[in-house]
Amino acid sequence: MAARNVLRATHISKSFHDPINIPVLKNISLTIDQGEFVSITGKSGCGKSTLLYILSTMDTDYEGELVIDGSVMKGKTERELARVRNEKIGFVFQFHYLLNEFTVLENVMLPGLKLASSSEEHIRARAMELLRLLDIHATSSKKARQLSGGEKQRVAIARALINRPAIILCDEPTGNLDKTNSESVFNIFNQLTTEHHQALLVVTHDQEFAKRTHRIIEMEDGRIVSSATPPEKKSLDTAHL
Amino acid sequence: MNFKLIMRIARSLLLARWRQTSVAAAGVTFGITMFIALLSFMMGLNEMLDDMILSRTPHIRLYNEVRPNAHQPINSSKSFSKSYNFIRSVKPGSSRQEIYNSRAVLQTLRRDPRIKGVAPKITAQVFFNDGPVDITGVITGIDVAEEDKVFRFNEYIVEGKPSDLNDVSNSIILGKSLAHKLLAQVGDVVYVTTAQRHAFSLKIVGIYQSGIEELDKVQSYTSLATAQKIWNQPGDYITDIHIRLHDLKKSAQLSTEFSALFNTDAEDILTSNSQFETGSFIRSLISYAVGVTLLVVAGFGIYNILNMLIYEKMDSIAILKATGFAGRDVNRIFMTIALSIGLVGGSLGLIFGFLLSYGIDHIPFNTASLPTLKTYPVSYNPAFYCIGASFSLITTYLSGWAPARKASKIDPVVIIRGK
Repeated sequence: MAARNVLRATHISKSFHDPINIPVLKNISLTIDQGEFVSITGKSGCGKSTLLYILSTMDTDYEGELVIDGSVMKGKTERELARVRNEKIGFVFQFHYLLNEFTVLENVMLPGLKLASSSEEHIRARAMELLRLLDIHATSSKKARQLSGGEKQRVAIARALINRPAIILCDEPTGNLDKTNSESVFNIFNQLTTEHHQALLVVTHDQEFAKRTHRIIEMEDGRIVSSATPPEKKSLDTAHL
Repeated sequence: MNFKLIMRIARSLLLARWRQTSVAAAGVTFGITMFIALLSFMMGLNEMLDDMILSRTPHIRLYNEVRPNAHQPINSSKSFSKSYNFIRSVKPGSSRQEIYNSRAVLQTLRRDPRIKGVAPKITAQVFFNDGPVDITGVITGIDVAEEDKVFRFNEYIVEGKPSDLNDVSNSIILGKSLAHKLLAQVGDVVYVTTAQRHAFSLKIVGIYQSGIEELDKVQSYTSLATAQKIWNQPGDYITDIHIRLHDLKKSAQLSTEFSALFNTDAEDILTSNSQFETGSFIRSLISYAVGVTLLVVAGFGIYNILNMLIYEKMDSIAILKATGFAGRDVNRIFMTIALSIGLVGGSLGLIFGFLLSYGIDHIPFNTASLPTLKTYPVSYNPAFYCIGASFSLITTYLSGWAPARKASKIDPVVIIRGK
């Protein structure tokens, strides 16, 4: 099966202009296919988060071309970009960023209600299904602030999935979690890619986590220095087979 | 689009900070309450004062001024027709004060659709004889029924029955202060002397109090027939016609028209009482200024609360934006918050404003000069409520505008990375 290309960045460069021009990203090109689980690693300040925010369409101050699910991002208005984020991209952040005023279920439903491509009942049913998939459906009527860190992160993942995005972008998704919860998040991601053909791009400095993804992109000083399938992953895959 | 969702988010944010938002709403409520109460009270006062003066003042008065004849004999002389003639110390001739052809004039006026009421009068100076002292006064002959219809005459009778003027011959109603000066009571007889030295005795059937001391000291009323008898005049003799219009603002225009049509002098209320307009205007201006000030202060309250809310909810705004809410949606969420504060605070303010003015309306207020007034005057003009409602929405809109704009401009990357 020829995998569909969900994200393609070509010759992305970015500089901070304050007070002098400091290049932070230099000529970065990468593509992510459907069902691919990609991690970006590198030292603090190598530009990996900056790259993620450009890929997420929230940062529009860059040079180069970004194509998400077949459409070019350059030149889109703020509203159009918001629509792209709503429809095509799911986010999982290090700090879970749930809306504390809402229940877990409402948090998951919000992007769906915003997109409004189906009825509220339909969205509610899908949200419940996702919560069940992530094994947190028991908390659905709790307020977001009452959850533990691991639960919050799983709610955030459910929220990212609600609109069936082309790609999920994660910024240090396990950075704030303990070993058990990190493991469970990784397992969820793995399951999403293998069973649901979900494309995932994870920025992390957790080497253990990165080594188990399909592809590691290593960045240094605003450049991609290597992009390869980790040897452990290969052996792990064979071990599974 | 998505209005329901925006409402829902706005409501959750509002409820999350309900204590602060209710303080903000209370500010608006207070502003609107005071605005309504102040304006109702002020306008009630205005209307009462206007009523006091204007309801007793004719919109147009038709009369004949005593003045020298404009057509002096020298102007008719052919030998001086090309000259400009100066005559010094011209005296008025035996010009009559009565309105000519009064029956026909009254008939025409009563048929005019622009006129609400017409009251014929005979006004003349008299002396009230009180022992050796003569007190100057004015007797006005009136048609009691017409006078009441046009000027609500009966409301100002504090003692006796106004209809007795017609029923009792040679009767008189005295101004309260005048009666006091004469030590006269209802049932007594007073003696009057006209300028032509005719003496008359008149029976007091009532006491009149206008609330204007100057007037009550000299004014007395009698029927038209008695007045005609006192001045020894025929039954169609009248000296003044007082006209009340449907529209006060037309008085100047109609006054000119009637003056030309009936060949009399005419005086209109706007010219003779322009100071009342000015007084009313300034009083309402002050009330509006105070009301608007209160609302502006409330507006700053809302501005502060929203700003605080935005700083507190930075993360939420960032996440909303990251998950696909555009700046415009965020703007709408905060505008909805601001406007709901305005709407709730404003509606409560209207209710409390009404209750407060209703309360003021029931505080006893007795003053000797205003016999008809028992409580503080309050006006329940619906226009105040409309103005109050729109002001509350406009101020909350304006005070929400800047914070909402700021919220919509928040860059989610800065918030998310800043953690």
